[in-house]
Amino acid sequence: MIPEIGNFALMVATAVAVVLGTLPIIGAARGNVRWMELARPAARVLFLLVVVASSCLVASFLHDDFSDVYVANNSTHALPLPYKLAAFWGGHEGSMLLWLQILSFWIFAVSIFSAHLPREMVARILGVMGLVALGFLLFIILTSDPFDRLLPAAAEGNDLNPLLQDPGMVVHPPMLYMGYVGFSVAFAFAIAALLGGNLDATWARWSRPWTTVAWTFLTIGICMGGAWAYYTLGWGGWWFWDPVENASFMPWLAGTALMHSLAVTEKRGGFKVWTVLLAIFAFSLSLLGTFLVRSGVLTSVHAFASDPRRGVFILLFLATVIGGSLALFAWRAPKVGLGERFEMISRESMLLTNNVLFLAAAACVLLGTLYPLILDALGLGKISVGPPYFDTVFVPLMAPALFLMGLGPLARWRKANLPEIAARLKWAFAVSVICAVVVPLVEGRWSPLVALGILLAAWIFGTSVVNLWSRVRPGAGGELRAKLAALPRGYVGMLVAHVGVAVFVVGVTLVKGYEVEKDVRMDVGDTVAVGPYTAKFDGTTEGEGPNYAYLRGQFEILKGEHLVRTMHPEKHQFNARNEPMTDAAIAPGITGDLYISLGEAVSQTAWVVRVYYKPFIDWIWCGCLLMAAGGVLALSDRRYRLAQRRATSSDVTEAGAASGA
Amino acid sequence: MSPLFKSLRFLLPLFIFFAIAGFLLKGLWLDPREIPSPLIDKPAPEFRLQSLEDPARQIDRKDMLGKVWLLNAWASWCVACREEHPVLVEFARSSAIPIVGLNYKDTRVDGMRWLAQFGNPYVTSLFDEAGRVGIDFGVYAVPETFLIDKQGVVRFKQIGPVTPELLHEKILPLIQRLNA
Repeated sequence: MIPEIGNFALMVATAVAVVLGTLPIIGAARGNVRWMELARPAARVLFLLVVVASSCLVASFLHDDFSDVYVANNSTHALPLPYKLAAFWGGHEGSMLLWLQILSFWIFAVSIFSAHLPREMVARILGVMGLVALGFLLFIILTSDPFDRLLPAAAEGNDLNPLLQDPGMVVHPPMLYMGYVGFSVAFAFAIAALLGGNLDATWARWSRPWTTVAWTFLTIGICMGGAWAYYTLGWGGWWFWDPVENASFMPWLAGTALMHSLAVTEKRGGFKVWTVLLAIFAFSLSLLGTFLVRSGVLTSVHAFASDPRRGVFILLFLATVIGGSLALFAWRAPKVGLGERFEMISRESMLLTNNVLFLAAAACVLLGTLYPLILDALGLGKISVGPPYFDTVFVPLMAPALFLMGLGPLARWRKANLPEIAARLKWAFAVSVICAVVVPLVEGRWSPLVALGILLAAWIFGTSVVNLWSRVRPGAGGELRAKLAALPRGYVGMLVAHVGVAVFVVGVTLVKGYEVEKDVRMDVGDTVAVGPYTAKFDGTTEGEGPNYAYLRGQFEILKGEHLVRTMHPEKHQFNARNEPMTDAAIAPGITGDLYISLGEAVSQTAWVVRVYYKPFIDWIWCGCLLMAAGGVLALSDRRYRLAQRRATSSDVTEAGAASGA
Repeated sequence: MSPLFKSLRFLLPLFIFFAIAGFLLKGLWLDPREIPSPLIDKPAPEFRLQSLEDPARQIDRKDMLGKVWLLNAWASWCVACREEHPVLVEFARSSAIPIVGLNYKDTRVDGMRWLAQFGNPYVTSLFDEAGRVGIDFGVYAVPETFLIDKQGVVRFKQIGPVTPELLHEKILPLIQRLNA
């Protein structure tokens, strides 16, 4: 019964999405107030219906209803409770439902936090999002129904993919989806502005917080994905340039460019065409990522079963959404005027350069991801594009971007004075060069790439400090503390996020430069030295987890003569699926992690053991979290709270100002 | 800038997107898992392994020269092998060519029990406990099947289960050609 209710809710939701996707948009074009006013209630009903459907799926998992095909494929009686919840998105059908759930959540959020927007704008935004939701609803109902029945019911389920039975996987997919589905809001704003012909600073001001929220979620999501790969795949890697990872990284690059471009459009009225195009790109790349992951056109460690019917459907949907919006762009954008002019050397030009670099990086990732497919389609053979390609194209693109990141925030709008900036930054530059020389020497081996990485990280950090100091320097106008407290949160958020990038770069540089990886055969009593540690193998013990049997290795870790800790890497053998899983033991530290995982048993007592020393790897996650924290700070900026208060205290909106502009 | 050029500039993203979409459409009908083996038309790698049934018996590459034969990598822990197995048992009955098993990363007890339970289509199985020979053959998932000619050259490779269609449409015609 419960799956049928879920199914029914999705069908009713489809009908609601049809209404939401048509009447308000037509109403906005014709000036029909009643049709426009339908947008908000329809959006909220749509959200509730999808919540009902999702709850039905959750209930089926909690009841171990193995007469539901999807539940039978992704759960067992013995599966621990948190994983029964995470099993929701453990397979294709549920992942799509999660996509829809989050999309409808964003639709709901827009319907709530849009009191200050003109009626036409709200109608168009919600209408566009309704159309996207309609596409996903049809996709789910026609090709990927999570409520299909299995008759007779299975006695026991197939269990959740062991790789996904991890605390990180309970949170990672929703975070990631919150991010890239969140770009649908900026996208809908852009399309609504193109439709209405009111592409201006007001539009940018409205889109900005939505874009920042989505970007923050996406940053956290990608970071968790990297951390998950690091501790569950057992190879100590954290980023593989795998198509599925690229699928989330491309929207991030475009979204980062969008965030910065929106700032220029809001503050200076410039980059309008460029910004609207980026908004379309960011969401298009999210959709494209979904296609790549879900259609099975690319192989990946995150393999999902492929079904050409699904692929054709998503591709048609993509062609409609992306093709349609780019066509609309080609039609409307030429009429949009240019913003204020700016000089060759100005904050605008630096932001523009960085945007182009980010977009070029996204294009390179896209090319690398699709290249094997394109060659194959042209009959030119099978190849795979791996990390060497991505590393080669990424460093030259990101190095100048990171350098400009230091300069940009200190440059003036419209026309900057290069000698003046140089004078302000000479100390930051000197310190960066010293770090670039000294840090690699301290770590033991000088290499140009490490020096470059450290130089850029120190540069970003140094320029951020100079920037902050120039704002809070005690003297005229108040005390240090008062000035610090008076800083706008948006500005602090920018600094924190930029410092996060610096921390991230330090992590990546030092891990790449100085990691020690030893794959050795170890028998009981053997020792191996990595980095500052020596690991001694004490043998293995066996035991039983809730739905798996495990084998636990014991290692004593010595630093010099002293025992510093013991570590227990495990091998899990899940009962329902005959797949072994590696659970690495990690001893984290600010200056580096010790990482041990069990490979294969080579005799009764001896194992192939991976013992790695990963210097500064935790800086990678810290850097990402700082970037996300920057996003949160920017969102807590006073002007957004003011805007919200204004909107709720009276129904007088900025509509007049917006349409008059 | 001429007006035509200007409007073309705005259409550029659309054109690029349609080019990408075209490739994606084509990609739907390609199988990314279908990978040509670098071993095709190259001599099969050297191997020397114990027989699964009889540890005293050693089999190496030279023993198989002069015959066209199939090498089928399997394991008792492999679910897809179970699906493929009846096809091989049926094919072995026709005794067209010998099928040699490569018992990959398995234990003797499990392997023997599995053959007893599902039938044994193999003239013998090589016991590749550590998977070393599997690595030399480039096996990255079982089942995989190799067709090897009289000179010991690999002529065909199948990743994943052998199906009756594949057997009749590809493998049997190839065997006839190689035996001719």
